Parts: sequence; C-alpha cells; structure tokens
Amino acid sequence: MKKSDLILYSGLIIFGLAAPYLFPAFKVQLTILCILIVLAMTWNLQGGEMGYNSFGNILFYGLGMYLCASVQVGMFFPLAEWTESGGEKTFEHTTSQFFQGMGFGLLVAALIPTIVAGLIGYAILGLRGHYFAICTLGLGIAAGEIAGGIEIIGAGQGFTTPPFPKDIVNPEARGEFFYFLSFILLIATFIFIKWIYGSRFKLILNAIRDNEDKAEAMGIETMKYKIVGWMVSAFFCGLAGGIMGGLIGYIDSTDVAFDGREMGVFMVLMAILGGKGTLWGPIIGATLFHIFKEGFWTILLGWQYVALGVLIVVIVIYFPEGLMGWLREKYPERFGEVIDEKDRKAQVELK
Amino acid sequence: MDFLIFKAPILMVQASLDGILLGILFALIAYGMALQWGVMNIINIAQGDLVILGGYIAYTMYLAGIHPGWGVIVSPIIMFFVGWGLYKLVINKVVDRDLFISILATFGIAIVFQQLMNFIFGADVVVAQSEYGTTMLFDNSVTLPNSKIFSAFISLLYAVILVIYMKKSKLGRAIRATAQNARAAKILGVDTEKVYAATFGINAALCGVAGALIAITFTLHPYVGLPYTVRSFMIVIVAGLGNLPAVAISGMGLGMFEEFADYILGTEFRIGSVFMLLVLILVYRRFKLSRKREYLK
Repeated sequence: MKKSDLILYSGLIIFGLAAPYLFPAFKVQLTILCILIVLAMTWNLQGGEMGYNSFGNILFYGLGMYLCASVQVGMFFPLAEWTESGGEKTFEHTTSQFFQGMGFGLLVAALIPTIVAGLIGYAILGLRGHYFAICTLGLGIAAGEIAGGIEIIGAGQGFTTPPFPKDIVNPEARGEFFYFLSFILLIATFIFIKWIYGSRFKLILNAIRDNEDKAEAMGIETMKYKIVGWMVSAFFCGLAGGIMGGLIGYIDSTDVAFDGREMGVFMVLMAILGGKGTLWGPIIGATLFHIFKEGFWTILLGWQYVALGVLIVVIVIYFPEGLMGWLREKYPERFGEVIDEKDRKAQVELK
Repeated sequence: MDFLIFKAPILMVQASLDGILLGILFALIAYGMALQWGVMNIINIAQGDLVILGGYIAYTMYLAGIHPGWGVIVSPIIMFFVGWGLYKLVINKVVDRDLFISILATFGIAIVFQQLMNFIFGADVVVAQSEYGTTMLFDNSVTLPNSKIFSAFISLLYAVILVIYMKKSKLGRAIRATAQNARAAKILGVDTEKVYAATFGINAALCGVAGALIAITFTLHPYVGLPYTVRSFMIVIVAGLGNLPAVAISGMGLGMFEEFADYILGTEFRIGSVFMLLVLILVYRRFKLSRKREYLK
C-alpha cells in the first residue's frame, strides 16, 4: 500500500470514528449515509462492473429488514401476537435479549438473501439488458406487494421492530450503537469490494459487461460469476436492510422495506452520479446525493419528489458517466491512462 | 379447496367477462407502448402515469359538470400535446441511446408526474360516475356495468381507427418506414424527428383514451400508474411488436388472469400477482430461448 493511500484511509477511519462525537446532532444522518454508500457500492458491482442494471437489489434490502426484525422478535416472543398488538406494548426485550436477537437477526438477514439470490440468480440473470432491468423492477415491487398481504409480519399496517432496551439509560447509546454497526458494515463492504477490484473476478465481471458472448467463448463460465456477483450484493444489501430496520424502528412493506420508489432508485442514482464502474464513484455519489437530499428536502417542502424526478432525468441525460467519468475525461493521466494524440485524432475522424 | 369461485361456478363467467372487457383496455395501452418501442426503441416507464393523467382530465370534466364519457374525445387531444411536449423536453435526448437510460429517465418523469398529480388532484381515490347503469345476465347472477362494455367498445373503436390511420395516411406510412429503418427513412426525406414526436404524441393520446375509460370504469389514484406500465410491457413481450390481434388476445388473457387471481388469491395480492406474472413470463421465455443458446433481445 502506498503512503498516500495509508494516510487517506487512516484519515477516513479516524473521521468515521470521531464523527458521531463531532456532530452528535447528525448521528442518524451519518448512519443512513453509511447504509446508502453500502447500497451504492454493491449496486455498482452489478450495474457498473457487470453491466446488469438491476432495480431489484431492493428485494434483498427489504428481505433483510423483515428477516432481522422477525428473528429478533421471534427468538423470544410469539411473532404473530407481537405484530397484532403493535409490538412493544405487551412484550419487552431485556438488554441481552435485544443484542442477541440483533446479532442472530443480522446473521439471518445476511444469509437468507444471499441464498435467495443464488436460487433465483440462474433464472433471472439469463435475461439481458433492459429485460433484466424490467424483470428485477417487477421482482422488487412484487415482493413489496406480497409482503403487504402477509399477516404474520404485519401486512399493510406495518411491523414495529423491538425498541432499544430501556436499561441502557444513556440517551446517546442507541444512535451510537446503530452508527457503529453501520460504520463497521461500511468498512467491511469497502474492504471486500476493494479486494474484488484487485482480483481476477472483477476482470471477469468487466468482460461480461463488455461482451458476454465473447467472454463465454473465451471459456469463462459467465453464469457462475454473474450469480456469485449477485450473491455478494445480496449479502451486503441484506445486512444494510437489517440495520436500517432497527434504526427506523418501524417496517412498512412498500414505504420502508421494499421501497422501490425511493431506496431502489436512490442506489442506482447514487452510483450513476458518482460514476459507475469505479471504486470511489459510488462513495462520492452517495455522499453528494445524501447532502443534497438532506439539504434541500426540508426547503422544498412537498416538492421533493418533483425535485427527485427532475434530478433523475438531468443526471441520466446529461451526466450518464457521472462525476468520476467526467474527471476521467478531463484528467486521463490521473487515472493511469495514456492517450496517444494521433490515436485520438483518428478516432475523431472516424466519427 | 375452499374457494368461493369453485363453489359458485357462475362467478367464473363473471370473472371471465370482467377480465375480457378489462383486457381490451389493457391492450389499448399496450398498443401505444408497442408503437413507441418499435419506432423509437425506448421503454416508457411513465406510460401508466400518462394513463392516469388522461383519467384525471376526464375526472376534471366530470367535476365541471360535463359527462365524463366525453373524456374519450377531449382527453386524447390534450394528451397528444402533453406527449409532444414531453418528447421535445426529454424523450428526444434518450432516443438512440442505451435502453437503460430511457428506462431511468422515464422513471424520473413518472415520479414527477405522480407527485404533480398528487398536488393538483389530491391523494384520494376518485371515480367519475358515468351513470350508465348495469346489465344483468343469467338470472341476475352476473352483473356487468354498462360503463365496462362502453369502455371495451371505445377501445376497439380507437384501435381500429389507429390501424387504418397507420395503413392509409401519410404520417402513418412515415411512422412505419421509420420503424423499419430510421436511417433509410431519413435519406428518403422523412423528417424522423417529427415522426418521433408524433409517435410519442399518439402513444400519449392512446393513454389518454384509456385513462378516460379507467376514470369511468375503475378508480383513479396518483400512484397507481406503474401497474399499468407493467401490464402493457407484459402484453408487448408476449405478443411482440406490431402484432395487433396478438396484443388484443394477450390483453384479454391478462385481464382474465387478474380477475381469477383476484378471486382465488384475494384482492390484496392482485397487483403482486401481476408483477409476479411478469417475472414468470420473462423467466419462461429465457429458459425457452436458452435451449437454442439465444437470449431475449
């Protein structure tokens, strides 16, 4: 590792550890930012590196959210009675029960979506291009509609996740717990994806994006790698969903968990804003997007969805390569690209 | 099995008739989608929201005291210009580009439309009363609202008008030529930019008709656009682009599927089953093609 990288990473980690104490009022926002970055990075693995623009990663996020909360409740209390009584009124988690439940819940929230991704991957990933996009869009919305009809997880009226144990009197504890949980998830995701970026796996994903038929002809079992790539995304999306469910404290089938209209689009938008197919793009994109969203949401007052829609159109039409793509065009040498002037001229003439 | 529909077989007749009448309406929306997909090669996620907007135009007329049935003439005229404007504003920048860009851009448009409709018309479920009465069949055991029969008839009428227009008129020929080969059409003097704008306008007008019919037969709500998009997408991928009888038949099939799903699974799973059917159809097609080492294009 280079020295400058070392300084950058340690600086970011120190900032991340100190952030909840430096900005105690923004703890929840910082937690959401960590989750958003995780979602954008894992979406980028599909959309950016593999060329499979998925609208369906929200499926794993929502699945993780429901599973984590259900396990956390179901381990100690009957789930059906919990949802019927609206949660915390009749039952109460002790401190150890809460953390045990959360731990097991997150484990399940990571594993089940991964398995689901593996199972449906063979069928869904055989579709290409826009068929894949529409199919995953349908999958995400279908999941939301179906979850909204299942009684045991609260159906249409929602599901209250266990409240933070009352024995812990420190009022800051809840925010700090969820912040550090999501920060650890962010670091784990970053390390894992950084490792992927240095591996052969990333090259295979790129080969699939650039020309899947040729990649197959070169002897790569593309289907296997596509499924593994999707499973990696599902793993982290499930964890992110589990943490987010605990943070929000209330799960609704279409507005919180399988929220294709918000979270499902946000993750695509953030990755595109920062630049698909780059390591840092989604991180920068998510940060910018979150700052923009939180900064303007309150000013716009009701017009936020109109602003969001316009933002999507503008970003998609005018900046499809994103910030990193723009920088790359402007300063190619920084990205280790050498441009031959003759070659460039020849290309311009060809157009 | 303890389902009402198997205990009372007459309900099957009811569901089938409802489904067929509903399906003709879906087929009209799907025909618009097939048109723009075939000509401009874009997938319009905002299709359903154009439908709902067309419905609100009829609803506004109803509020103003005009019979909402006239919406089937007024709404397409207004929607044609909405579509034209939308093309000039956004869509002309996504034609000829990656399909994913058109999906995302129209998704953004859909969100804007939903929210604007929410501001203007409110978040309540509304319906425009047509007061056409109902028809009773089979000893009063099957009820058919006349508005549904009216809507199926108007849908068929518009479909026939459109087919004749596409075959005979100059613009129709230009649209078909552009769909076959945009570049060749351009060389031969067709103003493709204008053709694209007209195509999108016609599509929006069809959505306007369908919306006005939905306003009198069903209910309107600002956020129910996406299921209509998905239904029309589904019909198009089953029937193919530009095969009108197949569009009509698969539309009716989808309508019947929905009505039966409604009875068997329950109303709360109705929309979910539509989206699941989309996934299943795509997966089925994928496995069928993969035997020939091909994929959906």
